[in-house]
Amino acid sequence: MNAIDKFLKQDGTALSLRQKRLDILGSNIANAATPHFKARDIDFASAFKSAIGGGDLVTTSANHIEVGGSADSADIKYRVPVSPSLDGNTVELHVEQLQFAENATHYEATLQFLSGRIQTLKSALKGE
Amino acid sequence: MKSLTIFDVAGRAMAAQQVRLNTVASNLANVMSISGSPDNVYKPIKPIFETQYANVPGNNGIATVDTVGIEASKADPEKRYEPNHPMADKDGYIYAPPIDQNAEMVDMLETSRQYQNNIEVLSTAKTLLLKTINVGK
Repeated sequence: MNAIDKFLKQDGTALSLRQKRLDILGSNIANAATPHFKARDIDFASAFKSAIGGGDLVTTSANHIEVGGSADSADIKYRVPVSPSLDGNTVELHVEQLQFAENATHYEATLQFLSGRIQTLKSALKGE
Repeated sequence: MKSLTIFDVAGRAMAAQQVRLNTVASNLANVMSISGSPDNVYKPIKPIFETQYANVPGNNGIATVDTVGIEASKADPEKRYEPNHPMADKDGYIYAPPIDQNAEMVDMLETSRQYQNNIEVLSTAKTLLLKTINVGK
């Protein structure tokens, strides 16, 4: 992994995880009226941790296998409803809307951070 | 079905809600469709929703919804004794469709709310995507 990859990996991974979560929450909202649909979600903190690498584990040699997976391998879990409905649907709109809004905000924040890093890289390249 | 984008997901969900809104409108429009025979009475209709998962290796949790059919209600028509009604049969009965107007109105509100939710998803996704295109500028 080269230096630029390393520099951008954290925010890039966070962004693709946020994108993935956006898709999943969008699916939940789309299926708010479908009987037997089970709402799903990603635990962002743990998914991010496992995607970015195993905590204190570091690679000190080029022969070491890279630690951590990717955003694609994130664990998708089922949501436990506060008050289950009779038709077997576990989507609770207020919960989903809240999570969706939170996720969209974090997506935008991550985008800002990534933008900042790219700006930094650019100014380093230009050497101004 | 292959992979699904969030636009497919919300778009198809909106189409499904649109079908549901149409059935509500049809039911409400026919509240007063009186008939002289129990076989010819309008039957209230309801759409059947089914989850459609994205067909990609390893279930990625992305799913949309499709209307897989529209079912007519099996409830018996309302039989009313109105011998002076022009449509009355020989025993003086008329038949009205078994439509619960209040339930239909509730359905309509729920449909409209969920349609709006999907629009919200769509516009949020669009805004984020446009911002992502311009990242680093």
